[in-house]
Amino acid sequence: MPDTALIFIERRGDSITPSSLCMLTAARALTDGAIHAVIIGHDIGSLAEQVAMIGVDAVYVVDHADFEHYRVLPYTRAVESAIDAAGASLILMATTSTSRDLAPRLAARRDAMMATDCLTVELQGDTIAVTRSMYAAKCLGEVSLSAGTLRILSIRGNAYPAPTSPAETPAPIMPLDVTLSDADQHIVFRELVPSDEDERNLADADIIVSGGRSLESEENFSILYDLAHRIGGAVGATRAAVDAGYQPQSHQVGLTGNVVAPQLYIACGIDGAIQHLAGMRGSKVIVAINTKAAAPIFGVATYGCVADLFEMVPLINEACRSLDGKPALQ
Amino acid sequence: MRVLAIAMQVPDSRAVIRVRDDGSGVDPAGLKFVCSPFDEFAVEQAVQIREGGWEVAEIIAFTAGGKGAAAALRTALAMGADRGIHLAGDDLPLHDEVAMARLIAAAIRQADAQTDLVLCGKKTIDNDSGELGPALAEFLELPHVGGVIGLELDDTAGRARIHRRTDDGEVVLEGDLPMLLTCDKGLVEPRYPALPMIMKAKKKPVDTIDASTLADQSEPSTTFVCLQTPSERPPCRVLDGTPEEMARELVGLLRKEAKVL
Ligand SMILES: Cc1cc2nc3c(=O)[nH]c(=O)nc-3n(C[C@H](O)[C@H](O)[C@H](O)COP(=O)(O)OP(=O)(O)OC[C@H]3O[C@@H](n4cnc5c(N)ncnc54)[C@H](O)[C@@H]3O)c2cc1C
Ligand SMILES: Nc1ncnc2c1ncn2[C@@H]1O[C@H](COP(=O)(O)O)[C@@H](O)[C@H]1O
Repeated sequence: MPDTALIFIERRGDSITPSSLCMLTAARALTDGAIHAVIIGHDIGSLAEQVAMIGVDAVYVVDHADFEHYRVLPYTRAVESAIDAAGASLILMATTSTSRDLAPRLAARRDAMMATDCLTVELQGDTIAVTRSMYAAKCLGEVSLSAGTLRILSIRGNAYPAPTSPAETPAPIMPLDVTLSDADQHIVFRELVPSDEDERNLADADIIVSGGRSLESEENFSILYDLAHRIGGAVGATRAAVDAGYQPQSHQVGLTGNVVAPQLYIACGIDGAIQHLAGMRGSKVIVAINTKAAAPIFGVATYGCVADLFEMVPLINEACRSLDGKPALQ
Repeated sequence: MRVLAIAMQVPDSRAVIRVRDDGSGVDPAGLKFVCSPFDEFAVEQAVQIREGGWEVAEIIAFTAGGKGAAAALRTALAMGADRGIHLAGDDLPLHDEVAMARLIAAAIRQADAQTDLVLCGKKTIDNDSGELGPALAEFLELPHVGGVIGLELDDTAGRARIHRRTDDGEVVLEGDLPMLLTCDKGLVEPRYPALPMIMKAKKKPVDTIDASTLADQSEPSTTFVCLQTPSERPPCRVLDGTPEEMARELVGLLRKEAKVL
């Protein structure tokens, strides 16, 4: 029997994250059965209506002040009630800070099988076979999840495209009442200090312009921001640059930072230490700009410029100016 | 209060990883194992609570794995943990962290090592899944906060204010102990144990629990099939010419050949 799937729709502020919509595409690859969505928050009526148009069979909505901000125990309860209401046997979430926290708790609670941050997912008979990056991106692991119990997958944001055929009529919206115990409310939310405008979520970015220790100061990073802004990208950094205070920790790419896989990663003055590669070697196209021809970053780069970044980056920015106004390629 | 810190062993991040020919796992020959970097944050945080003046009766370091796992414990003990617990077994489901968490919770109960605070890394750098901490919290019936970058305890260490890094920014939460936290970079800077501490650590007690003696022997939940070495990236195309020429050629290639601009 095909799985009934439930996709977890994530919010960022007042909008739906694009990566969570991609879960619908992944779900369609895994089941011919019904695909439901769940969205959790407070005052999210209009978001639920948007979700009803993406092409799912039903939208379960948990809408209450207790769910305004993500906290693992209330959200675990909320997803559990959607699983029960939908009769779901397969849960899909995009890999985010939320799903990394929520999915394993849910898996433990429901005795489910799970795999985190899958790069590919495939149905083989009724077994789901996934690949995921392991050992700091030095190998790929194949994991199989057999049918019979609840299966929970988190999938890397840009591994599957967004769905393209919206529904003609909205899917039914099913409100859920979720009762929380005192224990569920044990940890209380105090505040959210939002990332600044420029800290566009690295994991979602299609283009990342990244810099290393050789930028020499926070001010100098502005040349990377200028380029990133022109081509619609986010800015990343090496640990050396973060530890030197040139960029906030949230921008660090690598083993102890973010793992990213954008379409384009431009590494400016980055040596290419193995711990940095751990965070970006899955990028589709890598550009390396480094004065040292022997820098290991050239070993993973698609295109290389043996040149001074302070000279090259403004020139690239200039050369991109001619692209302004041209539609972005898909 | 008592604190338990998880210290998993992983291959050194610089190590070259060779996959066994049959794909059954990593060839351990010549591999140097270390304590997973995020777990070092956990151990360091535990030690800093004590150094900060809170009454910490005991810091337990917990590891799981084959014989080599004890190396991670030695690091934790040298950093300042008081004693170790080693969950040992030859076929632990090391790549299935939810199953591993179930066993670890059973071992913690069996060893009577429930503590007010359980600390572990946000993820281990071999599995890169981060499932262990949240799953362990569930099995220990503790609330948890993941991805912690700041921890403030009140005077009695009864209540904690916790800063967590998320994709949206920094979230501040509050709650009473006991709880489990998974530690992210930025929380603390792990110390390099000095030689006297390393020597002292050798005398600290380590209890070994044989996994086959655990009450909870449930089947591993997911099946790990095999490891593959990722395909090589094609060689780098190094551009030449003046910087202006390189910049123009690069942008042209990114747009027309790679189609990413
Ligand atoms: C446990 C552990 C975890 C780690 N985690 C991470 C991590 O998550 N992320 C991470 O990045 N690192 C991490 N590291 C650190 C890593 O080993 C490297 O030290 C770090 O990545 C180096 O950063 P860098 O390339 O900016 O600096 P450097 O190694 O100093 O390299 C600077 C590079 O810039 C080039 N350069 C200098 N001037 C110019 C110029 N004008 N124009 C162009 N090029 C120039 C140089 O040729 C050189 O290649 C970790 C290390 C350990 C041990
Ligand atoms: N809890 C864990 N979860 C996943 N992997 C682990 C865990 N603990 C250790 N490992 C790794 O699993 C691999 C096999 O370990 P071993 O067979 O004990 O040498 C090693 O690379 C360990 O670092």
